[in-house]
Amino acid sequence: MAGDVEIREVAMTLHAQLPALQIVVPFMTAPLIVFFGKRETAWWLAFLSCSVSLVISYLLLMQVIGGGFISYQMGGWAPPLGIEYRIDAANGLILFLISLVATITMPFAYRSIQAEITRSHTLFYACLMLCFTGLMGMVITGDAFNVFVFLEVSSLSTYVLVAMGAERDKRALTAAFDYLILGTIGATFFVIGIGFLYMATGTLNMADLADRIQGQESSRTVRAGFAFIVVGLGLKAAMVPLHLWLPRAYTYAPSAVTVFLAATATKASIYVMLRFMFSVYQPEFVFHTNVLQILFIPLALLAMFGGSFVAVFQTDMKRMLAYSSIGQIGYMLLGIAMLNQSGVSATMVHMFNHGITKAVLFMGVGAFVLRAGSSFYDNIGGLGRKMPVTGAVIVIGGLSLIGIPGTAGFVSKWLLVQAAFENDMWPIALLIVLSSLLAVIYVWRVFEVIYLQAPNEWSEASDPPMTMLVPMIILAVACVYFGIFTDLSLGAAGTAAEALLNGSFGMAEPSLDTSALPLDVPHGAGDAGADATGGDH
Amino acid sequence: MIWDVEFILGHMNYWLFIVLMMVGFYIVVAKGNLLKKIVGLNIFQVAVFMLYISVGKITGGTAPIFPADLTGHIEYDPSILYSNPLPHVLILTAIVVGVATTSLGLALIVRIREGFDSIEEDELVEIERAMMIADNAEHGSSMGGRA
Repeated sequence: MAGDVEIREVAMTLHAQLPALQIVVPFMTAPLIVFFGKRETAWWLAFLSCSVSLVISYLLLMQVIGGGFISYQMGGWAPPLGIEYRIDAANGLILFLISLVATITMPFAYRSIQAEITRSHTLFYACLMLCFTGLMGMVITGDAFNVFVFLEVSSLSTYVLVAMGAERDKRALTAAFDYLILGTIGATFFVIGIGFLYMATGTLNMADLADRIQGQESSRTVRAGFAFIVVGLGLKAAMVPLHLWLPRAYTYAPSAVTVFLAATATKASIYVMLRFMFSVYQPEFVFHTNVLQILFIPLALLAMFGGSFVAVFQTDMKRMLAYSSIGQIGYMLLGIAMLNQSGVSATMVHMFNHGITKAVLFMGVGAFVLRAGSSFYDNIGGLGRKMPVTGAVIVIGGLSLIGIPGTAGFVSKWLLVQAAFENDMWPIALLIVLSSLLAVIYVWRVFEVIYLQAPNEWSEASDPPMTMLVPMIILAVACVYFGIFTDLSLGAAGTAAEALLNGSFGMAEPSLDTSALPLDVPHGAGDAGADATGGDH
Repeated sequence: MIWDVEFILGHMNYWLFIVLMMVGFYIVVAKGNLLKKIVGLNIFQVAVFMLYISVGKITGGTAPIFPADLTGHIEYDPSILYSNPLPHVLILTAIVVGVATTSLGLALIVRIREGFDSIEEDELVEIERAMMIADNAEHGSSMGGRA
């Protein structure tokens, strides 16, 4: 049957083009949204394209979860000259997280944005899609300079999204401006680092870089490049002394934006940092420079305690959660610093688990803002009783943030403690537990405020509309699900950590059967991809 | 102490890069006016462009353009030494990013001016501190007035 064969061929081609579609679909949605210019269409388009991305990222993750990687050549130009998209278990998991959060945030954003922003909704969704594309691109690409391009795509749209909170509080503008200055400095540092690497090696493909750096470890150019890259990405990831933009940006951004950013933006940067540390520079290099022991462990501990400590004294739940994010980023960096398999997989899992946990909690904040006008503790007193589902969801998220067994947060903290013990660093294991106690304090404050205080007599707050409730419930269930069934998260993270630590990302042939991948057949989507995302470089 | 003049002069582009970069960085950090910060940021970025472009230069190399005759036929002459065009192309992208950042920064400054009636950092900080104190006075009761 000729028809059958044709269909199968189309399907095969489409399947082979998945890595490109992952980026092209959301990327092209942004101009489409502006083109149609209608609020309803904008939302539907954005939601549709996020859902498609989610399906694609799931398919990709399933292909690589057992090990190996997919190498996709943009426009049919072979690496190291062409831009390569490379998907393995590590970025497969992060891609899945980002598209999952984006898809679930969309229905939530619909009402939340209506309530918080009065105009430019279409442009808002276009910016959100660009931000989404940028984050996905940073994670999926295997080309160092392409990371910078996508980093800037996501950053520039993030500044706009943060500034959109100006209608509620004009401080969103200065927050966005601060973030713009710091973010640009960070991104420029990153470019300088890549420039040094290019000087030393003459290539930009990550795998090729890794090969050519071998033997040059003591070169000052290579080392300076490492320093610039770590500092630049540290700024974007809000590593502790470089975190100043984060609390203000998260506090004043519209709720839906905070949900999306808190769950994805810093994670993408941390992933890129992992990627550069372990697959461009090798673990041995990182180990020999002692950067992890001297720099990362103290800073991570400072973040864990400092961030959590400041969070305890906040009067605004949204700001409290922002400071808590800084603390949680500390856990992720600590996992990297352990430099063993449990540590790195703890980081990977914690990125995923913390992403969904924070998304739930910020969604709860969004619901409070919708019903009570703000998320200051004295405004939301007793609301847990008036908004039972929202309250319950926040309780689950809060427990997961602390790391109570049975929730997602427990799994990653457990792995982290285990990693510390493997390195015989029992004081650090103790400190992880101690800093979790600080989380108990600030989470308990929220519980106390929303349940134990008497609600305002005149308050007519009730649970938010279904479009906001359902995403919250889904994510809360996910918090519990990934706390009990850890096959997906732990499996992918374990594979990823093993591959990262073995530094096995040379220019080896893809171990998967990717014969269908296009060297010579850049049909349709592949062409568009080359024009849209690769062509500008 | 012996000055290796050849080394210093031979790395002129790097010295200029460092000086420009530090000038830009200093302006971003030290100047209180938001517009000046954006200017500083631009200088900072331009320094990086210069680093990249100078790295692409090969001694004796000419502009990386293949000479084509009127029919478009390209005669490749291996004896001609070309500069490396890749860093130039990369920097084209970075320039576009820089322009976008500048325009976004300027747009934000306009909005800040509308909202706060000032673009001086110290005044903005003052206004925001007052807002924060007002917030705490209004909402701090749940913290027992300690906030």
